[in-house]
Amino acid sequence: MIEMQGIYKTYPNGVTALNGIDVYIDQGEFVYVVGPSGAGKSTFIKLIFQEVKPSKGDIKVNNWDLTTLKQKEVPFLRRDIGVVYQDFKLLPKFTVYENIAFALEVLEETPRNIRKRVMEVLDQVGLKNKARFIPDELSGGEQQRVSIARAIANHPKLLIADEPTGNLDPETSWEIMKVLEEINATGTTILMATHSKEIVNTIKKRVIAIEDGLIVRDEHRGEYGYEV
Amino acid sequence: MAMKFRTFKRHFREGSKNIWRNSWMTIASIGAVTTTLILVGAFLALMLNLNHVADNLEEDVHIKALVELTADENEMETVEEEIKSIPEVSSVAFSSKEEELKSLVESMGDEGGAWELYQQDNPLNNAYIVKTADPQDTMDIASEIENIDNIEKVNYGQDVVQNLFKFNEYARNIGLVLIFALVFTAIFLISNTIKITIMARSKEIGIMKLVGATNWFIRWPFFVEGLLLGVLGSILPIIILLTGYYYLANSTNALDQFSFVTLLDFNPFAWQLAAIILFIGAAIGVWGSVMSVRKFLKV
Repeated sequence: MIEMQGIYKTYPNGVTALNGIDVYIDQGEFVYVVGPSGAGKSTFIKLIFQEVKPSKGDIKVNNWDLTTLKQKEVPFLRRDIGVVYQDFKLLPKFTVYENIAFALEVLEETPRNIRKRVMEVLDQVGLKNKARFIPDELSGGEQQRVSIARAIANHPKLLIADEPTGNLDPETSWEIMKVLEEINATGTTILMATHSKEIVNTIKKRVIAIEDGLIVRDEHRGEYGYEV
Repeated sequence: MAMKFRTFKRHFREGSKNIWRNSWMTIASIGAVTTTLILVGAFLALMLNLNHVADNLEEDVHIKALVELTADENEMETVEEEIKSIPEVSSVAFSSKEEELKSLVESMGDEGGAWELYQQDNPLNNAYIVKTADPQDTMDIASEIENIDNIEKVNYGQDVVQNLFKFNEYARNIGLVLIFALVFTAIFLISNTIKITIMARSKEIGIMKLVGATNWFIRWPFFVEGLLLGVLGSILPIIILLTGYYYLANSTNALDQFSFVTLLDFNPFAWQLAAIILFIGAAIGVWGSVMSVRKFLKV
């Protein structure tokens, strides 16, 4: 699903974020990415949907070879990947319905299919009755559900979550995790960066720990391993 | 770049929705379009009419070539042939001395009666009224005609004409420069306002890119939005100009003492002006909108 070989990333301002990353993630896996702030987690994640390009190294995602991917093809790569962000990244002037529909309009789906699928995923995240609300009218947890619904709307094989519970209270966080686990159960690969020791230690999955731009630990059913 | 029809409809729908979604920005942009287009429109109307008056004045310029009193019919015919053979001359009309006297008497009004006595013994010359294709050639052609045999004198309001042409030339050039400056300012002002309103949406554009939208998918609704902003912004200027010009043209053209100071006819001029304003508004709206989106697409 995801294959990285010898990935280095130095930003134009001289900051080195990644220092030789090799990783292989299989279809259907659920992987936590942990590590201190500034260790390179975000860069690692952004590489996958090419919000950031590596300075060196090869990346394969799904069937895309990102090394040779043209700028024009990037949108098509992103359509295969659902992304959930800590700050939700919802379109503020769009309703919940419109936010999710956007991800399908991009695919030039028929209006009929779009309507059907949007209601489906809204049902899946339990927000069917909030379709006409705008993001500001929702709680943080609800907004994150919307962003998850948008991420899974076009059946991506890979879902990336960048600290999806970072802005949420513990109770809401657990609800979000439940939704993610359900999605994973349908065969979707999930890659989730997190700072939550509780979540990692409770819902046991593969853990990749990144420090100073290197993978220092990669264990199945791992522990968070850092003091909070 | 083939686009499905439903996607085309979608872009149009989204572009129109954005007008409502960002209502304050819409008001700001339409305000900018409206004010500048009123200025551009009023100024265009003024300049084109001044140009029209200048044309009228130049149109009135003609050379009156007075034939020697001694010339017989054959010699007069030769004179006419020679004048006609000058390439820049567009028309030659003969005016007999009787006609000359008649128009003189008419132009004198009440006092003209005294001149009627001369009908028995007319002291005036037969004349040719000559017009040039380009009024600017009047001076040169006049001196050329003066050299023809049996021409006693040429009249064309020498001093006045020279100053008129000079003045018209300056006025036209200055008007042209001002129009360009004004349109340029309008483009700058409008696209800047639109740019500021779109800047506020740079985050949204970034989000759209992350969700997998292509650049054109994002651009089209902005294209539609810019078009609508431009068209909506030109409605008020067009209404103001049409009504304003209607009353102005009616009241000015009623004063027919100054036959040369006539405004261009309401139809078609005002409609042409409206079309120009609509076009400028739409073009600047689209241009400002699409150009502003450009730099936020690099995500």
